[in-house]
Amino acid sequence: MTVTLDERSLALRRRLVDALEGGKRGHVGASLSLVEILRVLYDDVLHVRGDDPHWPERDRCILSKGHGCLTLYAVLEEKGFFGPGELLRQCTPGALLGGHPDTHVPGVEATTGALGHGLAIGVGFALAARLQGRDSRTFVVMGDGELDEGSVWEAALSASKHKLSALTAIVDYNKLQSYGPVAEVMPLEPLADKWRAFGFAVREVDGHDVGALRQTFATLPFAADRPSLVIAHTVKGAGVPAAEGDPRWHHKASVDAATIAQLRAALEAPAHA
Amino acid sequence: MRKVAMDSIYTLAKRDPRVVFIGSDLGAGVLDNMRTEMPDRFFMEGVSEQAIVGIAAGLAMDGFIPYINTIATFLTRRCFEQLAIDLCMHHLPVRLIASGGGAVYAPLGPTHMALDDFALLRTLPGMTIVAPCDAPEMGRAMEASLDVAGPLYVRIAKGGDPVTSQPEAGFAIGRAILYEAPGEVLFVSTGPMTARALRARALLGERGISAGVLHVHTVKPLDDDAVVQAARAARLVVTVEEHFRAGGLGSAVLEALADRGVTTPVERLGFADAYSYDFGSQDHVLEVAGLQPPALAARVERTLAGYVTAARS
Repeated sequence: MTVTLDERSLALRRRLVDALEGGKRGHVGASLSLVEILRVLYDDVLHVRGDDPHWPERDRCILSKGHGCLTLYAVLEEKGFFGPGELLRQCTPGALLGGHPDTHVPGVEATTGALGHGLAIGVGFALAARLQGRDSRTFVVMGDGELDEGSVWEAALSASKHKLSALTAIVDYNKLQSYGPVAEVMPLEPLADKWRAFGFAVREVDGHDVGALRQTFATLPFAADRPSLVIAHTVKGAGVPAAEGDPRWHHKASVDAATIAQLRAALEAPAHA
Repeated sequence: MRKVAMDSIYTLAKRDPRVVFIGSDLGAGVLDNMRTEMPDRFFMEGVSEQAIVGIAAGLAMDGFIPYINTIATFLTRRCFEQLAIDLCMHHLPVRLIASGGGAVYAPLGPTHMALDDFALLRTLPGMTIVAPCDAPEMGRAMEASLDVAGPLYVRIAKGGDPVTSQPEAGFAIGRAILYEAPGEVLFVSTGPMTARALRARALLGERGISAGVLHVHTVKPLDDDAVVQAARAARLVVTVEEHFRAGGLGSAVLEALADRGVTTPVERLGFADAYSYDFGSQDHVLEVAGLQPPALAARVERTLAGYVTAARS
């Protein structure tokens, strides 16, 4: 897949690198594959208020693949959920922002990090909205490796049983989990068929194509009586050629100045293939 | 006791629109009244404890008070990470109503016995653990359950347990009830083991040994003050629980006494560090484990005799 990024996508990635430089650690590859998904959700889809994070009528978005939180932090910062100083302190003593998102952070709906938790909580959110007569929608962003967790499929059964059309799950399908390719570590295909069999209405989209993501989300719900599932085909490490498709960039525990310089150089160009 | 717990959920749900019920493929007919009268707030999900705890967390984050019921061991071991992350890290008011606590399901084997639930849940910050001793106390515990701030685990015993609780003693989460003032010995017990401790006390009394009984319905947070005060007045503290000797009430008592510098010796009575493949009744398994009143009394006598011997040597 060719990843073409506009200036806004590059800017978000540069902010992510700022955070990485501040905290000296983070899940780089898993955050980079996620940028356009979260950008479009927060720009065009979610009804949320940065100055009123607990607004009851808001849409709920859970980053179930919590290790992608650098991107979530960059987006939440931009939307005014917290001040600009926080990002640079991530993962340092006393910081608001940790290596996985938690609900102490304004805008974070659920503490995640261990995988396979978000979809069930999202089912709870969707049921609560229905019981309370709210129009709030629920979005749950999961990783592909996360789908190895059985709890995801337990929650999928319940979402389907309750016909939660206000619930949308998104899979950041970057094809690479921690150890190596998903197709080798734990094959998921046929992934769309699996979700259809579990009762979801499924659409597939290029997860780096901002226009295609907007169009896909604009047609939600995909079915009136079923939850929706978006398979976003992405590239792990997208935007940094050296990191793209390389499992060694899944997590970096001690980011040095040379790595930061390498990332910044890759993200300087207005667009690249 | 289970009937009282389930009836209480129905009553609470009638009174408070925040109360919802979630079961995992329970027996037919459970809470039919709630299902019929409040179908929106009655959820019977599949055999999927991990998802159920997560769903309850989502509901609780948006203002509901979910009551979950299933077999104790499935509600603790199977979904432990969900209890830690989804419930405790968010400090949510989810109620875990656990059927078959302790050795109730002994005939079904060790997969169904909950002899480690206190130990597992005691490690979770913010978790409250309650084990009522009889049906009336279960009613009082359920009444109190609505207002507990964080997650709450309520252990249901077999049922038909002798009634030893007294309404005038009241019920407050986290406050132990002194049934009998400490004598030479102090029993500290929880759940229906309190009834057995009371019978053991009577047997000891016939042999001239005085014993008190402190009923600890709330295993966490432990009523440290009550435990310490009563323990200081006795020569020997004997903890009695339907649980492994490791990690449960006995461990909690030891921690409390050690933290406060109380040196009264403690004898911890519970199940040995092994899975039981003895498929007899709960009473039989308790007998084998030395947890029936005659064995409790005999054990205390032996221990006290040992102290006398040691003192003379």
